[in-house]
Amino acid sequence: MKPNGAASSDLLRLDPELETERITNWIRATVFHALRRKGAVIAVSGGIDSSVVAFLCARSLGNERIQLLFMPEADSSPHSLQLGRMVADALNAKSVLEDISPILAGAGCYQRRDDAIRLVVPEYGPEYKCKIVLPGLLDAGRYAIFSVVVQSPDGRMTKVRLTPDAYLGIVAATNFKQRTRKMMEYYYADLLQYAVAGTPNLLEYDQGFFVKNGDGAADFKPIAHLYKSQVYQLAAYLGVPEDILRRPPTTDTYTLEQSQEEFYFTLPYEQMDLCLYGKDHGISTSDLARASGMTEDLVDRAYHMIEAKRKVAKYLHAPSLTMD
Amino acid sequence: MFGRQRLVVVPTKIAQVGGLVRMLQTIRKFVIDNYLFGEEGTLSDEDSFMETGIIDSTGILELVRFLESTYSITVTDEELIPDNLDSVSKIASYILMKQSASPQTAQAHSFRSSGDTRP
Repeated sequence: MKPNGAASSDLLRLDPELETERITNWIRATVFHALRRKGAVIAVSGGIDSSVVAFLCARSLGNERIQLLFMPEADSSPHSLQLGRMVADALNAKSVLEDISPILAGAGCYQRRDDAIRLVVPEYGPEYKCKIVLPGLLDAGRYAIFSVVVQSPDGRMTKVRLTPDAYLGIVAATNFKQRTRKMMEYYYADLLQYAVAGTPNLLEYDQGFFVKNGDGAADFKPIAHLYKSQVYQLAAYLGVPEDILRRPPTTDTYTLEQSQEEFYFTLPYEQMDLCLYGKDHGISTSDLARASGMTEDLVDRAYHMIEAKRKVAKYLHAPSLTMD
Repeated sequence: MFGRQRLVVVPTKIAQVGGLVRMLQTIRKFVIDNYLFGEEGTLSDEDSFMETGIIDSTGILELVRFLESTYSITVTDEELIPDNLDSVSKIASYILMKQSASPQTAQAHSFRSSGDTRP
């Protein structure tokens, strides 16, 4: 059920012109003065968040002072690169394509992941496709335990609950992808004396939907204070290409199409946004349910899930600790 | 007749209580070793893992593996709910329920845990 009441959509409405001015001022002050770098490197995935960050940085620093990176790998959807190029074209910005598949293969990313999958699906082979999924939030009150979904070469789909070894093995291996991309971003940052822009929105940042020292690492994060719905509002104002606005959020990490909902949030982002807002602004479950069209039970479960994910995210946010 | 009944019933009850105590100790030790890094603290058998934040979703996967291998049971997807797994005592009740539904498994486990190697 989607939140459809005027009250719920008003909760997260922002003035895009004002917010754009506020963010672009901050980016300039941060990159040029606080960090003393000459521009910004932005990894453009073809998704809404990195596109908005690219548009904001171009507007703030000038399109000649941004470097866009496309970093597909063997499992990426070709559509992602097409969308990324649309951003570069729209901004008339420098861009470079770095296929990270050979680095990932060299690190054993694909081999390690496939070995981990074979712990629970022994027949899994190179021609198979895969993704890992969570049950929906309302799935009979169950714990959020990952399963792997595999598709055999003849199209047969199988879903198997993961063991701890298989789950950790798959996640640890696929995290090479985000960390390799970050390594490449810093290569260009060093080369150009630029700062690396991070692209998480508030939902991702708050809930730990990122890889530590992977996409979670950056010199500045200009939209980490915005709910995902607000990022869409900004995107429309900034003129982000329609194809990107219309694309459902995806992780683009596994060979099977995987939504962010089935990988992490277990609810559509519109509902997650509202629940995060409601929880952080002391709105009771019944009031939020009334305003949003969600059931009170769903809101209650979402509030608990938000708290649980925050506990896990604490480690992800923690810097290297040192003694006094 | 009465005397014979007492002779049979009392040892059975004692064995059941002893089995439950051992089970609680085993589960509790697993939780303390794996989630509290061996530091027992103030964890009671009734403390909610969710409310105390002791176990995350990866921890649940580890817990399920432990229960399935230790008690020779299969935890179904439908059984992955807090009512079954959210505290030491809830886990023990859940295991007892599973074993009573499958007495052969319970008996086999009882032999193993007492060191008896009979099949």
